[in-house]
Formats: sequence, C-alpha cells, structure tokens
Amino acid sequence: MASNASVRPDRAAVLRRALRVAAAATLVGAVGFWAAKGARVGWSQHQVPVPAVDEITGLDYVLYEDRFIPGVEWLAAAAGVAVLLFGASFLFRSNSSQHA
Amino acid sequence: MNKSLLLILASFTAGAFAAPISFDFKDPKGVNTIQFKLDAPLEQIAGTTNGISGTVTFDPAAPEATAGTILVDAKSLTVPNKMMSEHIQGERWLDTAKNDKITFELAGLSDVKASGANYTATAKGKLTLKGVTKEISVPVKLSYLEGAFGQRINKPELKGDLLVVRGNFTVLRTDFGINPGNMEDKVSNEISLSLALAGGAPQS
Repeated sequence: MASNASVRPDRAAVLRRALRVAAAATLVGAVGFWAAKGARVGWSQHQVPVPAVDEITGLDYVLYEDRFIPGVEWLAAAAGVAVLLFGASFLFRSNSSQHA
Repeated sequence: MNKSLLLILASFTAGAFAAPISFDFKDPKGVNTIQFKLDAPLEQIAGTTNGISGTVTFDPAAPEATAGTILVDAKSLTVPNKMMSEHIQGERWLDTAKNDKITFELAGLSDVKASGANYTATAKGKLTLKGVTKEISVPVKLSYLEGAFGQRINKPELKGDLLVVRGNFTVLRTDFGINPGNMEDKVSNEISLSLALAGGAPQS
C-alpha cells in the first residue's frame, strides 16, 4: 500500500475518499444482497433443500436446488472487507507541511 | 361344489407356499432418503443421503423373518453448505475415501404389530459406519403396498409390490469413531437419523 509520503496531498484525498466510498458501498451492497436473499442467520447454502413428498408411498424426501444463499459468515467476510478498505483509507493522510 | 373345493384348495396351497418377497431398495425415482441432523450452536447441521441400495426380503405372513442389507454410498452425504459437506466427507469425520459404504445388516424384526398392511416393529441388526460395526435396534414402520410398484413409476402395466420403511433413531458419533473427543461443544455427539425408504419387487 502506498504511504502518504509518496502521494501528493490532492491525490491522497482522492484515494482516501475512494476507499471510504468503496468501504461503504461494499457494506451496503453486502447487507442489501444478504437481505434480498432472505437474510439467512445460519451458514451459507450453496444448494437449497426443498422438501417433497412421494405421491404413492407418502415418503418425505429432499430435493436440492443449485442456488446460493449467503449466510452470516458471508456477511461477516463482506463486513471485514469493508473495514479493511475503511482502515486503508487512513494510510492516505494529507500533510501539507511535507509539500510546503 | 367341486369347483369351490378346488378354489379353496388352490388358495390354501398358494398361501402355504407363499415365498418371502425380495425388495430392491435402489429406487428408480431417487426418492429414498436418509436424513441426518446434528445440533450445533449457530444452527442444526442437517443433510441427506440418497445413494441407497440393497435388498430386503419380506413376507407379509411372517414379518419377523424380514432380513437383508441396506447400503449407503457415504460419498452421497450432502449438506447445503459446500465446505461443510467437504468436512463431513473428510478424514476426521467420515473419511469416505477409506470408508465409502455405510451398511445396515438387518437380522430380523421383533415386537411386530400389524394393522392391515402396516406394521410397527423393532429392527435388529448390525450398523457399520466408518469401519466400526455395532449391534443396534431401530424402531421402524413398514407398509406393504401390494400391486403398487408400477403405479409409482407411472407404468401401471408393470405388476409388483412396494415395501415402505420409515424410522427415526439416534447414534453416537463417538461410538463409531467420528471425530471423537473433538468439537463436542460445537457439534453434538448425537446424530439423529430418519429413514424414508421404498423397496420395489417387480413381478415378471
């Protein structure tokens, strides 16, 4: 990661803002995606069980649909990425005295 | 009069020599399922297996003599989370690379209670899981569906019978060397199993 010493003040401000916007977008997007997919509070599902009943025998069984439902560990990972992006933004501080 | 006597004799003879019926549990519809559940802090770990095969002989006139073997392809065990499925198949849990079959050798039924074509009983036999064999007793419900084989696979012209087996029981993972002594605070030692199986006996 670039340090503030090698970045001009105007460029540092742009990078800082970009990282913070990316962090916010990641967090909002992840929460939105997680909520839109059912706000699952368990583990992520890569295939979704669908209960079914066999007509003649009356047996209950499970069919699986291949679709992804994000769980809490996926949300935590996305929040972690957002925190990292936000934290990285502090590496780009404007310090006008260095460039006076 | 003579005809009636002949009919009575014929039905008696057929009944006296009725042979046990062999039911194939490799289900052409892929419905046969064993569901397993383990308690865990975030949510219950629940999965299924449908790689079931084996044969069981059943005689409606002598259900106590029901016997056979049910085989489960251990690699067909699935949970909705991909990583969890891989862990279950792994060396610490079921080690399916070395133990690819789970078997139940049914030796017979006891405490049989019949109600028409439905039976409740205790199935006794040997369960082999991860290479460890234990004698177990499992409460089961059986339904003998005479003539329903063809109807089930949308071929009513095919004659044959069905044997439906349902049962719920638990086993301990420590009894079968499934990650013993590890993660017992996170994953319960008790594994709940639900059987929902149908065996077919087509008549040629």
